Amino acid sequence: MIDITALQAQFGSELSLSEFRDNRRVICPAEKAHALLSHLYHAAGFNYLVDITAVDYLEWENATDRFGVIYALLNMEAGERLYVKVFVNDPHPTLPTVYNLWRGADWMEREVYDMFGITFAGHPDLRRILSPDEFTAFPLRKDYPLKGRGERHNFPVITRADS
Amino acid sequence: MAVGLPENVFLTKLDVAANWVRSNSLWPMPFATACCGIELMATASSRFDLARFGAEVMRFSPRQCDLLIVAGRVVTKMLPVLQRIWLQMPEPKWCISMGACACSGGVFDTYAVVQGVDRFIPVDLYVPGCPPRPEQLIAGIIELQNRIKQTGTLNGREFIQRTEATGPEPLELEELRRLRQATPVEGLPIFHAPDLKT
Repeated sequence: MIDITALQAQFGSELSLSEFRDNRRVICPAEKAHALLSHLYHAAGFNYLVDITAVDYLEWENATDRFGVIYALLNMEAGERLYVKVFVNDPHPTLPTVYNLWRGADWMEREVYDMFGITFAGHPDLRRILSPDEFTAFPLRKDYPLKGRGERHNFPVITRADS
Repeated sequence: MAVGLPENVFLTKLDVAANWVRSNSLWPMPFATACCGIELMATASSRFDLARFGAEVMRFSPRQCDLLIVAGRVVTKMLPVLQRIWLQMPEPKWCISMGACACSGGVFDTYAVVQGVDRFIPVDLYVPGCPPRPEQLIAGIIELQNRIKQTGTLNGREFIQRTEATGPEPLELEELRRLRQATPVEGLPIFHAPDLKT
């Protein structure tokens, strides 16, 4: 089990921990995120990045930041899981990429970028992965309407006479 | 001097002969994107056996097909592909929209799903269901065969009149914006319970 207080001694006291049963979470400021994740990869044995996802806290009660980016880590030898949560804000929510640590972060970061518009500095190929290339919005943001802004109606009509 | 027809010769109209040939050898192009595609596969396989009705030759190249079966929801990223496939199919060609999602978007009333493929490509026949049973699809194909036999022409004159999209008009952008910006009024009942007594 990784010692959280040791992490706090190394990365400063603004690192906070919350725990529920076997679910352990570390909340980390954005400027220290890459150093922390690098430490977890190289020294603490978290060799598998399960997922990167994000949450939009717009209009959320008591929320202080707009986006939370969540890294789900797994230590394959010890079977230990750890969640690292980083908050970023408008305008230009940006985080350093973790592609240099886990190659699997490539498509996950592209998905977070596609859905939330959070850019990952240093990513080798940061473009949309699910939405069409010409899409302009970030559809999982809470200020984007569920039915879109008319993108689904914006196609040429082919009638039977001209095809 | 009346001369009877020799044996094995009969007279007909060219249109009727063409329709007979075309309707009994439809080559479907499966555009299967969701669970309707599974039913489409079941329809073509031995239990339901679409071959009994002369439409079993599924080809995965649009150049070899004359019946497009859109089975499943079509998202905005897939619609240009669907339109290109439709344009690549040689004449004469027909289109079946199979299932609730292809016909109307189904339950997927979201930004990514096209609300009915008939808004953007011509559709000849709709098969409802979520997903439709194979019998329903077979009934649809038989219906389409009957329609080809009744209204088909050798050079496809019946298609020329269809100059408008058959689907409903998409909501205007302005209307979407108004819907989004509409603020609920205090005390206004939004949900009306259905009157079950009548």
